[in-house]
Parts: sequence; structure tokens; C-alpha cells
Amino acid sequence: MTIKEIQEEIVDEFSMFDDWMQRYEYMIELGKSLPLIDEKYKVDENLIKGCQSKVWVHADLEGDKLAFTADSDAIITKGIVAILVRAYSNQHPTDILEADNKFIDEIGLKEHLSPTRANGLVSMIKQLKMYAIAYQTQLD
Amino acid sequence: MKVVANKLPLDIETIRLDFPILKREVNGYPLVYLDNAATSQTPQQVIDVIVDYYSNYNANIHRGVHSLSQEATDKYETARKKIQQHFNVAKSHEIIFTSGTTHGINLVANGFAQELKKGDEVIVSALEHHSNIVPWQMLCEKTGAVLKVIPMNQEGELDMDAFHKLISTKTRIVFVNHVSNALGTVNPIEEIIEAAHKVDAAILVDGAQAAPHIKADLQALDVDFYVVSAHKMCGPTGVGMLYGKEKWLNKLPPYQGGGEMIATVSFEKTTYADLPHKFEAGTPNICGGIAFGAALDYMNTIGFENIATYEEQLLAYATEKLLEIEGARIYGTSKHKTAVLSFNIEGLHPYDIGTIVDKLGIAVRTGHHCAQPIMDFYKIPGTVRASFSFYNTFEEVDLFIAAVKKAKMMLQ
Repeated sequence: MTIKEIQEEIVDEFSMFDDWMQRYEYMIELGKSLPLIDEKYKVDENLIKGCQSKVWVHADLEGDKLAFTADSDAIITKGIVAILVRAYSNQHPTDILEADNKFIDEIGLKEHLSPTRANGLVSMIKQLKMYAIAYQTQLD
Repeated sequence: MKVVANKLPLDIETIRLDFPILKREVNGYPLVYLDNAATSQTPQQVIDVIVDYYSNYNANIHRGVHSLSQEATDKYETARKKIQQHFNVAKSHEIIFTSGTTHGINLVANGFAQELKKGDEVIVSALEHHSNIVPWQMLCEKTGAVLKVIPMNQEGELDMDAFHKLISTKTRIVFVNHVSNALGTVNPIEEIIEAAHKVDAAILVDGAQAAPHIKADLQALDVDFYVVSAHKMCGPTGVGMLYGKEKWLNKLPPYQGGGEMIATVSFEKTTYADLPHKFEAGTPNICGGIAFGAALDYMNTIGFENIATYEEQLLAYATEKLLEIEGARIYGTSKHKTAVLSFNIEGLHPYDIGTIVDKLGIAVRTGHHCAQPIMDFYKIPGTVRASFSFYNTFEEVDLFIAAVKKAKMMLQ
């Protein structure tokens, strides 16, 4: 599936919910199911320090695709991390660089990507793209 | 509300009508505003003063001969006198208008650069806000003075035995907050001031968190510097007060150069204006200063004793209810506290709790509260902080507790 298709699938899943509470409960579930980052990668170099919550992210190149694993100390942040990992993982670096995050608005979670929220998510997206740039160069 | 409090000293429902913002909804729920330690809400009486200023007598002060300028100057100087009276200060020129507490602290820290030499000691407390740590660290780096820290205990109180061992004739200045922003602990500043003066050290007390709850008598305290922000006591943002004893304010150099702070200027030599203008360079926050005076009028009409009595009841009720939640732990359990509940629920991240309760219309602060050393002491990433004001109700405490329970249910 392309990033766009996965994003549409996520939007579809969230459209089943009537209110914020169901959306959040689903997100919390997603957070709990996130494959944890290998402990050896949960180090300061992979840490994105938000003022409110922390995010760790690690990337591996598998063939010509990038696989991400990630974690957060806050479960709601982790839920969004899970959504982002699902959308961007196992994709070609060029596609990752071209993708946008409008789908986060569409599922009603825009506030979590506000830079002032300081939960590490904005920096996480930047970090995903940085990995994509780095590995794109490697692939070229 | 299940527990009926003792007879209330205030008619809260009437008081709440003064605050237009308390009528609004957030995320579809009535706003329950429990972030008063970050900033307090503004009553209509103060909003009216702000509107009146810009509608009727907006003019630059202290330099125009025209009537509007005179009117604005009179109102601004009247506000200074109101602040003087409120804090029982001997002379009105010992009150310096600032942009807020941080500005006041930096002004004094900067001035002390010329007072300190290598080997001198500066004491701060472990309970400080970053704004009362960083300026002194910068000062110590600049002068070679050594920064000493008064440690805290598990209750969130200062270790006073350790303080008395730390302070010596090497100590030049002590900085401590009156009330901790992260925990609400009321520090024994009388004892600290007395000890500082015994060794001829100066003392600055950060009153930002105390001022909304405690009416400090600065002459009785005999403190050298006291700083507050108007926006924590029903006034507007961007204005505050630095109180300094006249002898200190005369001794310290100006902080910023500009208009208003000079007597004469030539390229050879500039002489500085008298107090308080020496420290008030440029056009000040005129409207803010006047509104600060109005905010003090408002709070004094309600009465600080009434406020303290009522908030104590609110805090006791909220503490009791919160501790009924399994896994709740309160940080800052001193007997001497303002109405602040800093807490965590076992196994849950404060950010998650804050996010869910916000969805239910409850405004609380989460994070390290600009006091990372306190969080490091407890080995936690942060806390959820609910901070109460006299306009909060027991029903709001119930809504807050219900929201925390809901968050706990969703997150576990």
C-alpha cells in the first residue's frame, strides 16, 4: 500500500467513531499495540525531547524501504506515534519525503501536532523525514 | 458536592459573575479553570479599566504637558501608590514597574554583577522556578561567585537546618520564592530573611505565587527585594512590580538605557533619573500598570483573609477527594501550602491525564512547571497541577475529580 492509501484507511477507521472519547480510546489501544522499539535503540541519540512527553524513534533500511520503530512515555503521544509509524513505515524514502500529514487533521487529532504542544511529535515527523533524506542519499 | 464545607466567607456565585470568561465552554463542556498558578482570570472591573484607558485617556506619561498625558500620568502614579499601600511599602519610589516577575529578578541579578567577586556565595532554594535559577547561574558565571542550593525534603519543604549551615559571611545574596509554583509550599521567608541579614547578605523573595493568596507586609518582613506579576492576581499580563529598599535601588546600576530613565544626556556623560524612573527606561506598560492597581482594588474588596480561608477549604476538599482515587500521589504535602495540588496517578503519564481532562473542559497544567530540579528530586517526568482561586467552587472540584477518574479509566 502507498502512504496515501494507508492514510485513507486510517481516516476510514476513525470515521466510525461518533465522539472524541471513542477516537481517543482507539488511539490509546493503538498506542498499546505499538511494536516497542528494541531497548538498545531507546537511547539518547534516538530521543526526541518534548517539554511534555518523550519520543524515541529508530529507522532500519530493509531493501529499498525504511522501517521505523518508535516509542513514547505518554500513551496518547504513543498512539499518534503508532499512527505515524503505520503510515510511513516500509515505504521508500522518496515517498516519505513527499507525504504530508493532512490526514491527522481529518481524524481530529490536529491539536497534537501543534508545535506549542511540545509533546515531541512535530520533531518526530521532522526526524522521520531526516532519516528519509539520509537513506535516500545512501540508496542513490 | 457531598461534603458541606464550613460556613463560606465568600459569596462565590456572585463573585463568578464578575469573570466573563467563566461563562464559556471548552470542548463542549463548561470551563473549569484550574490553572490559576499559571495565570489568573480577569474580572470585568479590571477589563473596564483597560477599555477606559484606550477609549478615553491613552497618552504617553511623564513627558507631555497636554491634559491627556497628565491624566494618564496621574492614573499611573496612583496605581503605584495603590501597590505601595497594598504591600505596605514605606516610599512609593521603592516600587518599580516591571514587565513581570522574571524582569524584576533579572534587573536585580544584573545589578548584583558589580557587587560580587570570585569566591562570594549566592544561595537559591531547590524549590525555585527556572526564572529564579537561571539569572543567578548567569550571574555566578559572570562573577565567579558560587551558587549554593538549599535542599528540600520529601514533603516539598526547604531543609532549614541545611540552610543555616549553608549561610555564612561569604553569602552575599539569597534568593527564594515565597510560595513554590510547582508544589504550593509556603516557605518560611521570615526565618530566611532574618538569617540573611545576620550575615549582611541581601535577600530577594519571588512573590509571584504568594501574591494571589497572601498579602505580604514588606516593611514588617524587612525584605530587600520582592517581585510579583500582575497577571497572577487578576491583573493583565506584561506588568509586575519590583520592590527594592531605597538604599539598594540607589546602589544598583540601571538595567536598561533609554528614555524616561535619564536626567541629562550628552555624548560625554549621562546622569540618571531619580527613583523609580532610573529603572523604568522607555514607555512603560501604562495601561497595564493602571489595571494592576484596579486588580489590587478588586482583590482587596474581596479581602485576602476571606480568600485564604475559602481557598484553604477548597484545597482540603480537593486533597481529600483526590486521595480517594487509587494510585494518586500528591507532591508537596507541607502543612503550609497555598491551594495547589501537584499530583500523579500511578502508571499514568501527566501529559495523558492533562489531555483527557482538557477534553472534558478542565484546564490544568502538566509537565515540569519550569521547575525541573523538583521533578528530578522526585524522579518523575512531571506532574498534573491543579491550582485553585477564590472563584473556583466545590462543584468544580467534583467535576475535576470526575474527569481525573474518567481519564484513569480510559488510560489504564
